[in-house]
Amino acid sequence: MLEPINVSLESLNLMTLAPMLIPIVGALLILIVDMFKSGLHKTLYVVLSMLFLLMDFGALFDSAVMFAADGTIMGVFDVMLIDGLAILSQFIIVGASLLFIPLALTHKRFHEFSYPEFFALFLFMISGFQFMVATDNLILVFVGLETASLALYTLIAMHNRDKSFEAAVKYFTMGALAAGFYSFGAMVFYALTGSVEINQIATVLAANNYADIGFVLIGVVFMLASFGFKLSIVPFHTWAPDVYEGSSAAMAGYMSIVPKIAAFIVAMRLFEFLIHSGVVWLEVVLYIFVVITMTAANIWALVQSDVKRMLAYSSISHAGFVMAAILIGTTQSNSALFLYWIMFSFTNLGSFSMLWMSRQKHLPVGQSTDHSYDKFAGMIQTAPVAAVIMGLFMLSLAGLPPFALFWGKLYMISSAVTGGYTVLALIMALNSAIAGYYYLKLIVYMFMKDPVVGNDGHVYVANATLALKSIIGFAAVGTIFAFVALNPLLELITAFVYKSGY
Amino acid sequence: MIDHILSILIFFPAIAAAFGFMIQKDSIRAYGVAVSVIEFALSLWLWFAFDSNAAGMQFMEQIALVPAFGINYILGVDGISLFIIILAAFFTMIGIASLTDTKNVKNMIITLLFLQMTMVGVFAALDAIVFYVFWELSLVPMLYIIGAWGGPLRIYASVKFFLYTFAGSLVMLVGILFMAYFYFQATGVWSFAILDWYRLILPETFQLWLFVAFFIGFAIKVPMFPFHTWLPYAHGQAPTIGSVILAAILLKMGTYAFIRFSLPLFPDASVFFMFPIAIIAIIMIIYTAMVAYAQEDVKQVVAYSSVSHMGVIVLGTFALNVEGITGSIFLMIAHGVVSGALFLLVGVIYDRRHTKMMSEFGGLASVMPRYATIFGIMLMASVGMPLTINFVGEFLSLLGFYQQSHILTLLAGIAIIVGAIYMLAAYKKMFFGVVTKEENKNLPDVNKRELIALVPLVIITIWLGVYPKPVLEPINNSVESIVQLMHDKAISQEAKSRIPNLVKEIEITQTSIEEAH
Repeated sequence: MLEPINVSLESLNLMTLAPMLIPIVGALLILIVDMFKSGLHKTLYVVLSMLFLLMDFGALFDSAVMFAADGTIMGVFDVMLIDGLAILSQFIIVGASLLFIPLALTHKRFHEFSYPEFFALFLFMISGFQFMVATDNLILVFVGLETASLALYTLIAMHNRDKSFEAAVKYFTMGALAAGFYSFGAMVFYALTGSVEINQIATVLAANNYADIGFVLIGVVFMLASFGFKLSIVPFHTWAPDVYEGSSAAMAGYMSIVPKIAAFIVAMRLFEFLIHSGVVWLEVVLYIFVVITMTAANIWALVQSDVKRMLAYSSISHAGFVMAAILIGTTQSNSALFLYWIMFSFTNLGSFSMLWMSRQKHLPVGQSTDHSYDKFAGMIQTAPVAAVIMGLFMLSLAGLPPFALFWGKLYMISSAVTGGYTVLALIMALNSAIAGYYYLKLIVYMFMKDPVVGNDGHVYVANATLALKSIIGFAAVGTIFAFVALNPLLELITAFVYKSGY
Repeated sequence: MIDHILSILIFFPAIAAAFGFMIQKDSIRAYGVAVSVIEFALSLWLWFAFDSNAAGMQFMEQIALVPAFGINYILGVDGISLFIIILAAFFTMIGIASLTDTKNVKNMIITLLFLQMTMVGVFAALDAIVFYVFWELSLVPMLYIIGAWGGPLRIYASVKFFLYTFAGSLVMLVGILFMAYFYFQATGVWSFAILDWYRLILPETFQLWLFVAFFIGFAIKVPMFPFHTWLPYAHGQAPTIGSVILAAILLKMGTYAFIRFSLPLFPDASVFFMFPIAIIAIIMIIYTAMVAYAQEDVKQVVAYSSVSHMGVIVLGTFALNVEGITGSIFLMIAHGVVSGALFLLVGVIYDRRHTKMMSEFGGLASVMPRYATIFGIMLMASVGMPLTINFVGEFLSLLGFYQQSHILTLLAGIAIIVGAIYMLAAYKKMFFGVVTKEENKNLPDVNKRELIALVPLVIITIWLGVYPKPVLEPINNSVESIVQLMHDKAISQEAKSRIPNLVKEIEITQTSIEEAH
């Protein structure tokens, strides 16, 4: 008969689970509320979600203070790993979600927000992403990834348009394939090392001096493909533009930020030690992926005729740009990844929200997509403030100083320079120049063309409510005055990344 | 207040522009004029308070911006940047004052005031990142001015202008980051402060690469041959005010940056690239002069002649001695005044006839005598006639380069004569002969508003041509310190010999004085 296992509750360190459990409790509460009284207005659910996200934020703050004092915290049989990367990325995840959820309060009524399940799924998804970044156990990563992804597929499908179903199914199929790749890769690593914890894998592999390099490479290939799908790295990007087009603009903006940061963190944990232990092949492949993703996505973005598709390709290009951080693999580059992504989430969420604000309920005659460039022609004459704000976001995305994303680009290119990747730094710089063209194209339409006949400017603010306006205002202020917050942010990020050993 | 004069000069127009949104449409012009007059007065105050005997930076301000990464808000002015700042304030003022009836005049004036912020910022910044911020930011208002108020091809022209400069400056950004990294390696701290960088001596191979990176950014802005193709489009499509500011101030950013960054940071590389750049400069002078001769459109003539003169500025800069650099800085101011005035003059005739084709004119001297006189004076200045402002700068630039190479200087001198040919030919086509076109018979002469803009320019052209000392002296002092710095920093023997050592010369003169005693 087996001995009963004695585990003291303190050693489990259950507090490490608090930030993930809060959104789960929130989601369950929403479902319970709906069970007792259905048909409540969406404002209730929006505010409830925000409250739980704020509590989540508070719990994160708490663990950040603990991390700053005592360093990395392990918990729940060492499955949970609360280090600097986990805390920073959770801040981004929860922060971006806080900015996203008020976007549900549109002026027009949209189908998906009338279901409380939308908000419950949304909160489940957040906790999934949080689990994903706060562990180095490949199985828990998988659980988090699938929880989040399945919720996300449903959220996309709930946007009730023909294209939304197409998008959801497409995303689901690709996501399932990626999950398959992921589990296969994890299996290879488990077979090699007898462990599913990344730091254990690293230790075992280093101990036998990478004797089974062939199998390691097979594992890496599967992992790379799986993260390639999640991060929409070229050539695994094909789902991205269609999915973005099919989902609502707000959801598309959210998808360009939150799932990717989670995937970046896992990729960073896994690939960092492989690159540092001299798996040259991985370095070469990553280098090629980074360059191709940046450049090809930029070139595709040039020829788009719809602003949302353009932004979809541009966010693929941004993901490639940030992927370079993992390739370079220094403390500075990993800090640059976080800095870039924080700046990017402000700007990109802002620009997608502008699209969301101008979303019509039904497509007008003679317009095949929601956000064609023509729709924005002459915006400066009919809706000057909105045009200036949109222009601001575009300039920031293009990397024009002193707006938010410039600082991310600056630090990222600097880390390439410091890491010895001179050519990469030049390619990154030149890609920013190519990207300048398609962001400029929208500015040209808005500021230099004459409006389409019959457009009185109302369309740009068709969905505007106080909530949307405040989110956009917040993003705009953050974009302009990013340089004020830059120093404390940079110091915090660098300290956290350095302390986690990356 | 005088301690923070530079910050005030930078941000006063920007804040004024932000407040400008509140002003009613009909009153905006008066507001714009008032703001730019105050700004100009402030810049004159800066000149008044400036100590022309000191060579170093004055009115320095420093605020930590991102100390973790060595980015600080550092401003300062010396003899090199002082007059360009004043010129920027001056041209914005007369630009707004002489603004003819345009649509959306409110947007135009607000944009111009924002543009002024970026222009002053570029010339006052002493931190590479702050410099870069203003450098890039200056593209946006200009993009809007060309794109919204330009001619039929305005969108193509504005986007081309933006992308060309943007691409070039991104390469420069990589160079800036490398420079900061080398500084970090040498000292252990990050710094983007230019004055810190001046103390850093780099190995020659590093210098060469970094010089190229910075050169691409600056050369596109100047614009140097073969990167000049955006400029004729920009000038051709831009409204008058856009061309004036572009020619007078924005192009100077490139040549100014050569003197502020390239020369003192990379003295050996500057010597290494001296002849290639001089040859490009001479090609630029001759080639654009020939292209100018073939133009039908008077604005294109002025635009190409402006490129041609920028070649002389570059040549003077890369003479790498006090005469050449002083001459090139003086010529920057002269070129600003003269080509700015010429674009204004072209604008005058365009407002009356809505065409810029020279074949449409002829015999204007008899119809518009005052206009013809002013045009004549400015044209003579542009050609480089003695006792006009351009002559001083061109003479000094060529004198400086004569010490480096006789033949190249001779070629450049000839090219300037070619310049006289196309300018005089253009003048002949437009002003002499009989009035052939019916529409030209009753053209009104220059009116008061235009005279307000043009007369001060004529006065400056002749005043500084006859007596350039008040401007030359402060420039000279600052340039001497830069040349000395270059000489001290130079590693290779070649560079040491090409860049004169000023300290030794002073010693020699002192000993000779003692011997004389």
